[in-house]
Amino acid sequence: MSINYLLKNLKDASGKRIELAISNGRFVEVKDAAPDSEIIDGKGLTAIPGLVDLHTHLREPGKEDAETVLSGSKAAAAGGFTAISAMPNTNPIADTAGVVEQVFRLGISHGICDVFPIGAVTLGQQGKILSEMGAMRSSEAKVRIFSDDGHCVWDSLVMRRALEYVKAFDGVIAQHAQDPRLTHGSQMNEGEVSAALGLKGWPAAAEESIIARDLLLNEHVGSRLHICHLTTIGGVELIRWAKKRGIQVTAEVTPHHLLLTDELARSYDPLYKVNPPLRTERDVMALREGVVDGTIDVIATDHAPHPAEDKDCEWAAAAFGMIGLETALSVSYKALVESGLMRFEDLVERMSGAPARIGRYEGHGSLAIGNEANFTLVDTATNWRVETPEIRSKSKNSPYLGLELPVTVRHTYLRGKEVFSQ
Amino acid sequence: MNRHLLSIADLSKEEAVNLLDTAAELARVTETPVKKLPTLRGRTIVNLFFEDSTRTRISFEAAAKRLSADVINFSAKGSSLSKGESLKDTALTLQAMGADGVVIRHPASGAAHRLASQKWMSGCVINAGDGTHEHPTQALLDAFTIRENLKEPSGDLAGLNVAIVGDVLHSRVARSNVLLLQKLGAIVTLIAPPTLLPVAVNTWGCNVKYDFDSDLNSFDVVMMLRVQRERMEDAFFPSEREYARRYGLNAARLSLLNSRCIVMHPGPMNRGLEISADSADSDKSVIVDQVKNGVAVRMAALYLLLGGE
Ligand SMILES: [Zn+2]
Repeated sequence: MSINYLLKNLKDASGKRIELAISNGRFVEVKDAAPDSEIIDGKGLTAIPGLVDLHTHLREPGKEDAETVLSGSKAAAAGGFTAISAMPNTNPIADTAGVVEQVFRLGISHGICDVFPIGAVTLGQQGKILSEMGAMRSSEAKVRIFSDDGHCVWDSLVMRRALEYVKAFDGVIAQHAQDPRLTHGSQMNEGEVSAALGLKGWPAAAEESIIARDLLLNEHVGSRLHICHLTTIGGVELIRWAKKRGIQVTAEVTPHHLLLTDELARSYDPLYKVNPPLRTERDVMALREGVVDGTIDVIATDHAPHPAEDKDCEWAAAAFGMIGLETALSVSYKALVESGLMRFEDLVERMSGAPARIGRYEGHGSLAIGNEANFTLVDTATNWRVETPEIRSKSKNSPYLGLELPVTVRHTYLRGKEVFSQ
Repeated sequence: MNRHLLSIADLSKEEAVNLLDTAAELARVTETPVKKLPTLRGRTIVNLFFEDSTRTRISFEAAAKRLSADVINFSAKGSSLSKGESLKDTALTLQAMGADGVVIRHPASGAAHRLASQKWMSGCVINAGDGTHEHPTQALLDAFTIRENLKEPSGDLAGLNVAIVGDVLHSRVARSNVLLLQKLGAIVTLIAPPTLLPVAVNTWGCNVKYDFDSDLNSFDVVMMLRVQRERMEDAFFPSEREYARRYGLNAARLSLLNSRCIVMHPGPMNRGLEISADSADSDKSVIVDQVKNGVAVRMAALYLLLGGE
């Protein structure tokens, strides 16, 4: 099988006509295309660099009934991703070099999507003792991002030390900002809807107070801080303030927080139960604005698969989280591009270039000559409908079931190899 | 009327008044020597209780039996929140048993909605209290009791001043009553420490006060809510003593109520905490009426949901 291609009649994200030549898994100048290149007509398709997710839950090891590295990789490729970042809240928790290498090797052996493990900040994600982040960094998995995601690194001293410690190897601490005392037993955003539904509230202040603290800590120690899944107006404003002040910080938002609101909880359908919770329309608008003006650097999925029984129950008993790899591009497009707020090429930057830079994922995030040929061909003119049987993820807990979404992913290529096609 | 009774929010004012009128009629019938009506003969009502509440269960049981329904009591206490599928599995069992109506009490807010909205079973669902969300039949029996004592035996509650005092935040009784009493034209004032009010209580359309002592004589109804002693441990209030002093209905406050004012409590009471013994037993207290009226109101709910089929 030829691994040399010449793709013609493509557009790039800005709508400009382009051709892509791929030789030995890398982009080359069209004039340098290998003579045996297979010529592909890309009429109607837009070429974008493969999407990069900084926040993915793959559930392997430990909960393979919900998702595996293989099924998650397939879902990622179907969503146009060529790199995903596996959160460490598996069983065992990825807090040692052994576990991160296991996940990393699974990704390599499947060869569908690059899987970059995120290491736990603290042992067992308990928030008390730092995990051996240096060993994870030096391992084959070359861990760059550390997070206790699912839990907040709440202890101020531990957070300070973690930020300082990873400076030695250019690491980044990705904080899940949630004051555990203010959110004990919380079920949804605290506000008008929670008051009416009698579901325990998760106040915005529980997120914002941790963000504010961490920004100040990082101003003091000068490390790399990344704030996971922003959900509130206050959080956006804090990050905007910090960037103006010169504090090193990057921030992400999920596609669902850009589109959905807590009004959906009125159905008591746990498909809408997620942590951090869906907020209000005003928050959604502020988050969109944050992405547009660059306050929010990246869109990350927080893809959180759960087996059917964990959602087929009453709200309080249900698990938090929703899958998102296969819908991320479409939902973000709907929220930001279709709404007229943002150009498609800028959205692609937030979903590919920026996350690749934060994660130091060389070879991803760009169609530049010489780069690894990690790219995706999408059809921006064709909508699609989210249906359970089509979902590649092992879990089907999508809040978009039955919804028609813009942008169809047609082909995904990893180092020049086609890993997804429809 | 809807196929289910899940939330007061789903009822129109006319439906609510009709339910109260039906209850009044049924109450008259059950005072005759022939206490049973044949309306629901051959129908099966399941009392599905995931939480202990003998008084509510007995009330529904009596209501169903007076309408000649077959009643099955199914208690599944403590099994649900730890293992979520049991609600679904239980529903599938009830479906297999051919339940025509399910009366559900559950510790999770929205459990009755889930039971009604999923395709697990086809019977109609009556919410007998879901977590800290709603308890519609309690509100209906409260409205019935208020109307019986203070208004014409038919019609609404227009112009009545109702104080609801205590742990509004965790009270399903308060949520249902705020919706229903306002729908019926009453002016509702919530009185509680700010810690025991939802943050968005200003969206409920009622008055909110932190001070129980001002304008006490303006109320036609003072409804006391149960306060769980464990709340103190979550720092909702400093001590039982302080709570009782600031928000309890004691003899001093009782004496300041106007002459026609009635005192209500959904039970079970914490005597000495939110309500003193002399208040609970005073001639202003209609707490015993509430219990009695519960049966008539629940008969009306069952009759309207199941009787027309
Ligand atoms: Zn998280």
